[in-house]
Order: sequence, then C-alpha cells, then structure tokens
Amino acid sequence: MANLFSLTMQPIPFADWINKFVNWLTQFVGFFNGITDFIGAIVNSFQWVFDLLPVWLFIVLVLGITYWALHDSKHWGLMLFELIGLVLIYNQGYWRDMTQTLTLVLTSSLIIVVIGIPLGIWMAKSHTVKVIVKPILDFMQTMPAFVYLIPAVALFGIGMVPGVIASVIFSLPPVVRMTNLGIEQVPTDLIEAADSFGSTGWQKLIKVELPIAKNTLMSGVNQGMMLALSMVVIASMIGAVGLGSEVYFAVGRNNAGSGFTAGFAIVILAIILDRVTQAFNKNKKH
Amino acid sequence: MTKKVEVKHLTKIFGRHVGRAKEMINEGKSKDEILAKTNSVVGVHDANFDVNENEIFVIMGLSGSGKSTLIRMLNRLYEPTDGEILLDGESITKFDKKELRDFRRKKMSMVFQNFALFPNRTIIENTAYGLEIQGVDKETRHQKAHECLELVGLHGYDDRYPNELSGGQQQRVGLARGLANDPEILLMDEAFSALDPLNRKEMQDELLDLQSHLKKTIIFISHDLNESLRIGDRIMIMRDGEIVQIGSPEDILQHPKNDYVEKFIEGVDRTKILTASRVMIRPDVINIEKDGPRTALRLMKDNHNSSVYVVDSEHHFKGLIDAKDVIKQIEDDKRDLQSILRTDVPTTTPDTPIKSLLNDISKTSVPFAVLDDNDRLLGIIIRSSVLGAISGNEVQNNG
Repeated sequence: MANLFSLTMQPIPFADWINKFVNWLTQFVGFFNGITDFIGAIVNSFQWVFDLLPVWLFIVLVLGITYWALHDSKHWGLMLFELIGLVLIYNQGYWRDMTQTLTLVLTSSLIIVVIGIPLGIWMAKSHTVKVIVKPILDFMQTMPAFVYLIPAVALFGIGMVPGVIASVIFSLPPVVRMTNLGIEQVPTDLIEAADSFGSTGWQKLIKVELPIAKNTLMSGVNQGMMLALSMVVIASMIGAVGLGSEVYFAVGRNNAGSGFTAGFAIVILAIILDRVTQAFNKNKKH
Repeated sequence: MTKKVEVKHLTKIFGRHVGRAKEMINEGKSKDEILAKTNSVVGVHDANFDVNENEIFVIMGLSGSGKSTLIRMLNRLYEPTDGEILLDGESITKFDKKELRDFRRKKMSMVFQNFALFPNRTIIENTAYGLEIQGVDKETRHQKAHECLELVGLHGYDDRYPNELSGGQQQRVGLARGLANDPEILLMDEAFSALDPLNRKEMQDELLDLQSHLKKTIIFISHDLNESLRIGDRIMIMRDGEIVQIGSPEDILQHPKNDYVEKFIEGVDRTKILTASRVMIRPDVINIEKDGPRTALRLMKDNHNSSVYVVDSEHHFKGLIDAKDVIKQIEDDKRDLQSILRTDVPTTTPDTPIKSLLNDISKTSVPFAVLDDNDRLLGIIIRSSVLGAISGNEVQNNG
C-alpha cells in the first residue's frame, strides 16, 4: 500500500526516457541524413516530372492510365469524373499543391510497398518474425499520428521528407498485414502441389503464392495509399507542402471557403487514386 | 515382380513432444493416452509394406486412418518421425534438400483430392508446371503438356482457366500435370473422391486404361472400398494409423483378417471382384489320346456325373462327352471318342469376373470350361460353387 502511494507521488520518468532515446538517436546524424537525402531524391524526381508535364498532358496521362487499368470493363463515368475534377483543381489554382500532395502520397506508397510486402512475406514464412512484428504493427497503427511528427522533426528536420516518414509509419501496417494474410490464405493443397513437383522456395513464392495472394496484397497497398493521403494535413504541420498545407493555413485563418476548396481537391485526388488502384486489382481476375 | 518402394517402420507423430510420445508408443501406450499426456497425435505408427513395380497399390481407410499422412511421407511433404522409405533400394528419407527436389521433379508426382490446380494459370500452364520449374523451355514443355492433356482425353481446353472446367475435367488436368514430368511413381490422394459417381467411374476406367499402356507404379488413396477393389492390384487397409491387412482384392474378400475388415467388406458385390479362377473346381478328365469309352463311363459313374471333360496329353481342352453317347459307342463296340465329342462347350478365361458369366451360367446346362492362354483346361465352373463364392464361403476343390 505504501509502495502504491509512493508510485503516485513519484511518476516513472517515461517521457525522460523517450527523450533520451530520441536524443541518443540524433547522434547517428549521418545515417538519418542519408535517409533524408535518399527520400528527398525520390520526392524531387516525382516533383520534377510533375512540374515538367503540362496540365493537359497530365490529364491525358491520368485518363490513359485509367483506360488501360480498366481494361475489359470501361467506366466512362470515372474518366469523366477525372477530367472534370482535375480541371476544377486547376481552375481553383491548386494544381501545384495537388502535384505536391501526389508526390508525398506516391513516395510514401513506394516506400511502404518496398518495405511492407517483403516484411509481410517474411512474417508468413517465419513464426518468430510474426510474433515480433505483429505487436509493433499494432503499436504503429494505434499511436496517434501526430506523435510521430515530433521524432520525425528531430531526426529528419522539417519539409517533405519527415512528412513522408510520418506517412510511412502510419500507413505501413495494412500493407504488411494484408500481404501476410494473402500469403497465409493460399490454400494448403496448392502449396503442397507446388512442393510436390519440386519447386524451390522462390519458385513457389513467385509462381504460386504471390499471384494467388495478389488481390489481397493489392487491397493492402490501396489501403496504405489512402492512409498516406489522410496524413497530408498532419504532415503539413511539419512543413510538407501541398493541399494539406492549404487546409492547415485555412484553419489558421478561420477561412471555411478555402479550407473546403482545398479539402475537395484532396477528396478528388483520393477518389482518383482509389479507383485506379482498385481497377488494377480487379483487372484480369480469374 | 520387383519392389519399387519399400516402407520400413514408418511413423509420424504430430505435436511438440514427439520424443516423449515415441517413448510411450514403444511402451505400448494407447493413442488416446499419448494424446492426453503429451498433446501429440500419432498419425501413422510402424507402417511396413512394399509396393511392386507397375502395380496399382491402393491404401484404403476411413478418415483419420492415417492414409493421407502416410502418402505425404512418401514424397516427404510430411517429414517422417521415424522409419525409412526406399525407392529402388535408395533411401528417400536420407535425401538432402536438393536431392529431394530432384526426386520430386523426376521420380514421383502427386494428384490431389480437390485437384489443386493453380487458378492463375491456364490449363496448359498448369499441366506444364512440373516441367517449367525444371527450366524446360516453353515450346518443349507446352508440347509435352499438350500430349498429356490429349492422353487423358481433354481436347481444346489448353488456354482456358481451371474455373471454366467441370470437376471431372479439372481432375483430368490434375492427372495430366502428374504425368507431364514422366514420373516413375504417381501418388493419387483420394483423386476421384470429389467427383460425382458417374464421373468417378469414368475416371477409374480411364486410369485403368492409361495404366495398361503407361505402366507406372501408382499409389492410390481411397476411402471407397468398391473403388479400391475395382482398381487395386493390391489393397492395404489402414485403421487408426496402423496397417490392418495387405492383399489382393480377392484375398481381402476371401480371407478378411479380422472383424474390422469383415465389416468393411459386407455388402460388397462379390461377383464384380471374384474371378473365374477363384470359383472353378478341378474336374476329372479323360485323355482322348489314350482313354476309351469304358474309362469315360467308369469315371462318370464314380463321380455321379452324366458327362466328362476331354483333354489331350498336353491337357489342351478338346470338349466334353455325354454318358448316353458313350453307352451307345460301347454298345456299337466302337473305341473312337472323337466322333461323339461335343465341342459346343462354353469357355472362359481365369481372370474373367463372374459377374459377366452369371447370365450365361444360369442359361446353359453344361458347366463353363476355364482355359488358359494356350487352351489348356484349368477347371470348370459349376453353379453350386458360384453360389458358394458369392455367399462368401470358400470354394472346396473337391472336383
């Protein structure tokens, strides 16, 4: 009883420990600078391409990709929506903000695919990895996203890169989980069939498991991408430019009009990204 | 007959405390006891059997009898806990990863109960899978796969996907895929169980037909006794992870080893399984080259028969003579038997199922003569011995 009493009197210094840990991390400045430069290069490449493309060509490309992705089932409605939506964004003067947001989302998506899919596969293959990774994923998903901004700034400074890092941490779990689920859901007899013909582990993965898990895996990527997009306003607080920062400024100026306009632009972008990735997923379903 | 596969003391225990479970088995503890104490399941215990080259060896048992576990140890989809498997005298159980892969690619392939076709691959790609992973070039492997599809009677589906095919067609693909890498041994795990009865029978016929010219060693798992009796050269009956009896279909029908097997074979249509050689009796015969009418008549009197079968010195079947003809011949004081020889006697081969003879047996008054390939008389079939065999009583060779 006395112990419990003293516990309430003297808080355990969790906050201190975490600060010390983050400070300790900052000594590996070379490592974090390396990551910053690397992600910065990806961001800059995307932005460079988007700045280079004339608006009309960009719209034509988006329509073209949609047309190709939809393949056998043509949804002219979606393409019409894309045309009107993108023209509207241009009309409202949010074009460059939209491309910046798109850059943030695409960079984050690229990273979560590159990290998430192999990690998900590894979890499916190794029980130990699964036991270790699962609680970490739970933690990543339930921790309020704002919290990630603090160490992100400490380690990566401000700007697009810490925005990408925070988005990646927030949107990685569904990709890992869905990949893991997809691989584990491959029917046992198909695995046995692959094994019984003498497949190597890689052959089994590439010729059987991944193609069969593809749909589940792609919906994980789709979810991850949507979560990354939901992070853009939060990321704007640490200097990630784009539609998110327009919304953030509008909040500061108490300007409902421009807040909603920028918000609509995000919605339009979200719908386009969602429908196009889903179209890739449904494409050639057997 | 050469032994293709030899299985020695094969045991599989599932669970975490395999070592303890193994000790308990050796102490003769029951499976329930082992499950309760060590939380381990004994899948197969001390299985010993051989599979001969080019035979269809059926492993039969109800679900939970360990037959699926057993077949999966043969290609090491399940690692045996104990024991050894030899293929042509070489130990499969000692193979390292690479040797095991080569063995699976070249020597043994498997056909699955629910077909296990890859849904993302076309029929031809499914069939060619085994060759594809061996690095065979596309043209060669598709050529080979196409031949195998033709062989199992599937024409024009090469570029379709599995879900566009019926169950029977899908299992033909499964079979073609198993044959494409030209294995020596084919493992078939309840391969026809998921098919409707009509399709199942058709596939069984197809398999027997294929086997008659492919001559593979086939290990076939089944829970269906009629199927086992129909296609098996030999049958192994399993129960609770242990082998109950191994034998030819006839052995099992005629000499069930215990009550369990006996209960199993109740209600089986024996006429489909029992062959002429099993129900025939050995008749007394006369030799046309040296015996005369008087010998014939005496033989008939001794046996209380009105006729006798006639052979030559090499035991070739010649025909049958009736008592009244013999008596007439004696009255006429003739020694010649040739002129009174009746040759209109129905004949059959030893491996004909009696089912196909039943109708004729009921119609003709004379017993069937059972002849071998060289027309030598092996025995005759009389009605009473057929009835005896159908009712499950052993035929007495009292002829």
